[in-house]
Amino acid sequence: MTSLVDNLLDGDHRALARTITKIEDRAPGYRDLVSQLHEHTGHADVIGITGSPGAGKSTLVDKMAEEYRNRGLTVGVIAIDPSSPFTGGAVLGDRIRMASNTGDMDVFFRSMSARGTLGGLSTATTDAVKALDAFGKDKIIIETVGAGQNEIDIVRTADTVAVLVPPASGDDVQMLKAGILEIADLFVVNKADLDGANRTVQELREMIEMRRDELAVATGHHGTVEKTRDEDATGDATDEDGPSWSPSIVETVAKRGDGLDELLSVLDDHREYLVESGQLEVKARNRYAAEIRRLLREDTADLLAEEIEERGGLDQFVDRVLDRETDPYAVADELLEPIEECVEEKRE
Amino acid sequence: MSEAQEQRTIRCLVGKVGLDGHDRGAHVIARAFRDAGFEVIYSGLHKAPDEIVQATVQEDVDVLGLSILSGAHSTLIPKIMDGLEEYGAKEDTLILVGGIIPEEDRDELLDLGVAHIFGPGASMDEIVEFVQENVPERR
Repeated sequence: MTSLVDNLLDGDHRALARTITKIEDRAPGYRDLVSQLHEHTGHADVIGITGSPGAGKSTLVDKMAEEYRNRGLTVGVIAIDPSSPFTGGAVLGDRIRMASNTGDMDVFFRSMSARGTLGGLSTATTDAVKALDAFGKDKIIIETVGAGQNEIDIVRTADTVAVLVPPASGDDVQMLKAGILEIADLFVVNKADLDGANRTVQELREMIEMRRDELAVATGHHGTVEKTRDEDATGDATDEDGPSWSPSIVETVAKRGDGLDELLSVLDDHREYLVESGQLEVKARNRYAAEIRRLLREDTADLLAEEIEERGGLDQFVDRVLDRETDPYAVADELLEPIEECVEEKRE
Repeated sequence: MSEAQEQRTIRCLVGKVGLDGHDRGAHVIARAFRDAGFEVIYSGLHKAPDEIVQATVQEDVDVLGLSILSGAHSTLIPKIMDGLEEYGAKEDTLILVGGIIPEEDRDELLDLGVAHIFGPGASMDEIVEFVQENVPERR
């Protein structure tokens, strides 16, 4: 087990791949593995790419990876595709689009299935990112399941989130909706050579401006309501409160590589903003807090499952609830009571 | 979830190497594997041996299924095997070949480390069962 971590840190691709498999399978000892990786992490930029199916996420990720490689950086990619809710099986097709980086081992591309979780990310993704980070990848790109409107887990794992919006993807009411459009640090209008791209850019810009105005009103900055009229709304305006960020819009044609330079420079700008504003640390803090909470939730759930098993399984409790002898709340209290007592005793 | 709840899922790479452009069979296999609850990565058409090796190593698949209909198996498969060996991935990957492989070439491929060759007429159930029974134990 220890040697697997050593091999990974030595740059052994096979060890990295096997580590991710163990994380995905939740194989015996995977928790120790991830624990050992932690001290070696914290160096990579983690970029999340999300958007509706067919928006061009895979193709864009391919080109991004290629360009980062040209700049001498190493890249890790995790691409997530849905799995069948019935059999758990999956066809992971994102790799087909990675045509620009075949044969280049320094682009480590890994397909993952969502394994039944909602939210567009696999539960194992966060841990797999740690493995790539510890391995020494400079840039880690996570491509989510083709997301609809509310698959927003990516914000909890990535430092920077790019939302791909295909041209003509809905009227302005879609833009008012909550959810995926709120999580974007930048919008990428991909397939910008298609009809409707200009209109989509315009609608996104209006949405961003409206949100900025609302924020300005909410924080009492009435003076800043003046609208930005410039053509490209790369809104990294600085006011007296330190650096702030409002989402940029980048137009790309991924299959030709158009707009790629601008996209990468906006990503760099956002990274710079995160560092200067201290948001990077805030995000990391929140992420670790959430991770600890999740682990605790899972572990206590296991503890309870064991306790229920010891007391003869859940079925007999359900029988009693069905017969109206007791109710679900009372059963929960009854099962939890010995654990509560135990905790109280230990605390003293 | 605790360590007790290991969720081992069989991962397969369905690979098309060389120049033949017929992937109906590969698609059918990919679907059958998916429906059996496996995670299937499809390589796409016209892959070089290097690309198959890269994918096999990075995706850490349990099973590599190669579909070759072009007759170039005696050139392509040794290259793939050497590549897998180089990255230490040959030992614990179950390697299957499907397609048109003449009788006189079979022993050579099996000697190289191919676990089984499925010709025309092999049933999906037969292939899925073979995978389930022969999937390598992992460290």
